[in-house]
Amino acid sequence: METLKLKYSLKDGDFSNAGNASSNIKKNLKMLGINAAVIKKMVVSIYEAEVNMIAHANGGVIEVFIDEEKIKAILADVGPGIPDIDQAMKKGYTTASEEVRQMGFGAGMGLPNIKKNSDDLKIESVVGEGTTLTITSYYKS
Amino acid sequence: MTIRDIVEKLDLKVYSGEKGLDKIVETAYCSDLLSDVMGNGDENQLWITLQTHKNAMAVAALKDMSGILLVNNHQPNADTLEASNDEDLPVLGSDKPAFELCGLIYQLMQKS
Ligand SMILES: Nc1ncnc2c1ncn2[C@@H]1O[C@H](COP(=O)(O)OP(=O)(O)OP(=O)(O)O)[C@@H](O)[C@H]1O
Ligand SMILES: [Mg+2]
Repeated sequence: METLKLKYSLKDGDFSNAGNASSNIKKNLKMLGINAAVIKKMVVSIYEAEVNMIAHANGGVIEVFIDEEKIKAILADVGPGIPDIDQAMKKGYTTASEEVRQMGFGAGMGLPNIKKNSDDLKIESVVGEGTTLTITSYYKS
Repeated sequence: MTIRDIVEKLDLKVYSGEKGLDKIVETAYCSDLLSDVMGNGDENQLWITLQTHKNAMAVAALKDMSGILLVNNHQPNADTLEASNDEDLPVLGSDKPAFELCGLIYQLMQKS
């Protein structure tokens, strides 16, 4: 199987379209016949990262690479960056605005969900420049 | 048990997604925090919540949940209804609060 690449652009604050990229990625993974349990976990991770780019950054770009052994999602934004990644990874830590919380976001569970549902999570962030998440899930060992 | 069974037994409103009424419901999950549902919800669950906006539909659809039950007479947004009909994922409603609905649905499931 050749590496398949999917790419999506997200707009800042565009909550009405949050989840569209994740949903399209899910459809593609299903079509490729990838194991349902793997898809389930990957979809949770990508959705959480997608929402974070809309809620905390200024939108961004999602790229997904699928080859015969793994799914790798790279989510890059040019938002404010994360000053303390260890703190951000803690369950319950959030800087979500009141408006965002009213919608049911801001439990501080997104990043912990990604950690739990991925085989590998890399977070690179520079304050004032942006954040890039690389999420990898292996479906064949 | 199906969504339809629960609708009939508890006299719930069906706002949208009628084509999905025969979806199986194995259990339910009650939460108003989207990331909590993303993390702890699962397929074939009925999601009991007060979240009426389209992001709730996105979460329910991504998790392959069976439907959404809005508590306390909360009304779904127009774009929520649209997404519900597109996904055949029913949005239901009741004027009862979450605690009562959870209790009633729990009882129904114990009996079935
Ligand atoms: N892409 C990002 N850019 C800047 N800050 C981020 C980004 N992603 C996460 N953060 C920071 O990390 C915190 C924790 O993120 P996490 O996803 O765990 O929780 P949340 O988004 O606040 O709430 P939830 O995901 O439960 O709705 C955020 O509140 C925010 O401060
Ligand atoms: Mg988040």
